[in-house]
Amino acid sequence: MSEKSAGAASVLDEKTLTGTRKVGDIAPNGASSPTGRRPRRGADWRKRLEITVLSGPAIVVFVSFVIFPVVLAAYYGFFRWKGYGPATDFVGLGNYAIIFADSAFREALLHNGIIIVLSLVIQFPIAIVLALLLNQKIRGRSVIRVLIFVPYIISEVIVGIGWGLMLQTNGAVNDLLESVGLGAFRADWLSDPKIAIWSLMLIISWKYIGFAVILFLAGLQSIPEELSEAAAIDGASYWQIQRNITLPLLGPTVRIWAFLSIIGSLQLFDLVFIIWGQYIASTAGTSTMATYMVANGRTSGNFGYGSAVAVVMFLISLVIALTYQRYVLRRDTAGALTERQK
Amino acid sequence: MRGTRERQKWGSPATYFIAFVFIALCLGPVLYIVIGGFRDNSQITASPAGFPSPWRLDNYLNVLTSPTFWQQIGNSTIVALTTTIGVVVLGLMVSFVLARYKFTGRGAMYSLFAAGLMFPMTVAITPLYILIKDLGLMNSLAGVILPQIGFGLPVTIIILVPFLKAIPDEIEEAASIDGASRLGFFFRMVVPLSVPGVVTTGILAFVASWNSYLLPLFILSDQSMYTLPLGVQAFASQYSVNTASVLAFTSLSMIPALIFFTLFERRIVGGLTGAVKG
Repeated sequence: MSEKSAGAASVLDEKTLTGTRKVGDIAPNGASSPTGRRPRRGADWRKRLEITVLSGPAIVVFVSFVIFPVVLAAYYGFFRWKGYGPATDFVGLGNYAIIFADSAFREALLHNGIIIVLSLVIQFPIAIVLALLLNQKIRGRSVIRVLIFVPYIISEVIVGIGWGLMLQTNGAVNDLLESVGLGAFRADWLSDPKIAIWSLMLIISWKYIGFAVILFLAGLQSIPEELSEAAAIDGASYWQIQRNITLPLLGPTVRIWAFLSIIGSLQLFDLVFIIWGQYIASTAGTSTMATYMVANGRTSGNFGYGSAVAVVMFLISLVIALTYQRYVLRRDTAGALTERQK
Repeated sequence: MRGTRERQKWGSPATYFIAFVFIALCLGPVLYIVIGGFRDNSQITASPAGFPSPWRLDNYLNVLTSPTFWQQIGNSTIVALTTTIGVVVLGLMVSFVLARYKFTGRGAMYSLFAAGLMFPMTVAITPLYILIKDLGLMNSLAGVILPQIGFGLPVTIIILVPFLKAIPDEIEEAASIDGASRLGFFFRMVVPLSVPGVVTTGILAFVASWNSYLLPLFILSDQSMYTLPLGVQAFASQYSVNTASVLAFTSLSMIPALIFFTLFERRIVGGLTGAVKG
């Protein structure tokens, strides 16, 4: 889950750029409209200079360290390469063929899928109920909000180490279960392949439910109270109000949250790598595409292969993101008054 | 919303109970880590989920007096601060251009940065590692800072552009009537006005940088150059038998993030609120 996707939904839409602007778009220093030769030559040149100076540094850094590597990744994906010297062993789509034939990759992909689905299924109901409960203007609300957000800001490394220690077979969780008499539930939380993925989901949910609650709370707070008040006057019960008014209006927020959750689930690396390390992940049933990439790319020195995996990850994310935007988010950006989207 | 003069009433006991349970679940593990550091290994082995008896300070003291720990905190601080400054300054400049100039290619420039959201670090890391190596920046903080600035730009720009667009044109016109150039306008008016957006993006950039693990993992090889997450993990695997020490180290490394969070909690949550509302 990365904050970096924070504005993803509104941005994919690209209307943000041309967004609402008042009084036409006439800027004082001259527009570059195709018809207008209004600006004097000097002002136009000056404007270009300002644009270059202001946006130059950012563009240079961004292209060098983000765009360029990604393009390189695509390039290296066609080679078999040790990571130093020029890439000479061209294998075309050979890496990609290996990727899709490798059962370990398919397992990792499956795990990512499970994580995506379970994250949504587990976190959504709990977070919604909590958000609805906490939406009342009661005393102590801000304290509660702060406290449930704490797991989110702790780095995944720390979360991984802490939980890793707690979930060990002779660790605190098992001990706690015993001391309250639930000793029958002791388990190999981390090493048993049948259980490990659930342990992972437990940790992920622990870390990110607070985030979901905060997002939902923000969405709830933008729903005008008059609506629920009017419904209450008309005799609707609390839960009826929630079901028919609040939840539908919370739709856009939920869809954004789901988008962030999916993207985060696809990119999951730190937690799994910390807890299960590079090797155990595949045998404990918790490998992800990212851990697979690191294990088979960097650790084993096949940088060409690792790049190919990265490109596959990117393409999968892109397809999912575009599909999601087209079919799910389009409803939010089209507006309620325009014709129904197919 | 905060200023409404509503007398806040107490909620129902059920609500508080549920909230309490939830908070206990959230904070329980955190407390486990913190308290665990006050025990020694024999205590932990004998009774993994128990309380310290007696309370031992030496684990925490060992960490606090270890130069590696402070070095790593120093490294993380340098990296996070520089990244944040870089992201904010560069991001603000570009956002200003995108928000208030009209020129062909503006849409393309915006899409360029927006597309950056689709490229997580995991995708770019392998060639990035090679690029950094070729630039001779391996095992240096600069090798971590520069890419982090690059990757932090998309979110920053996406947050700042609507922000800057919201500054009324009238202010800009008034400034130009008063003889200020576009750049002058930028420095003297836009920058102060954009402080709230800058604070939010700065916080996001700082937190992301502070917690970042994958990039430093690839770039930094010397323990003395490690940032804190790397240090925590290295310590944990090196002293894996010494559980108590690991817990102490881990809990001490949580503290900067927690302090930072308590200081800026309103901004962080508010910033997310803003992103949700669009």
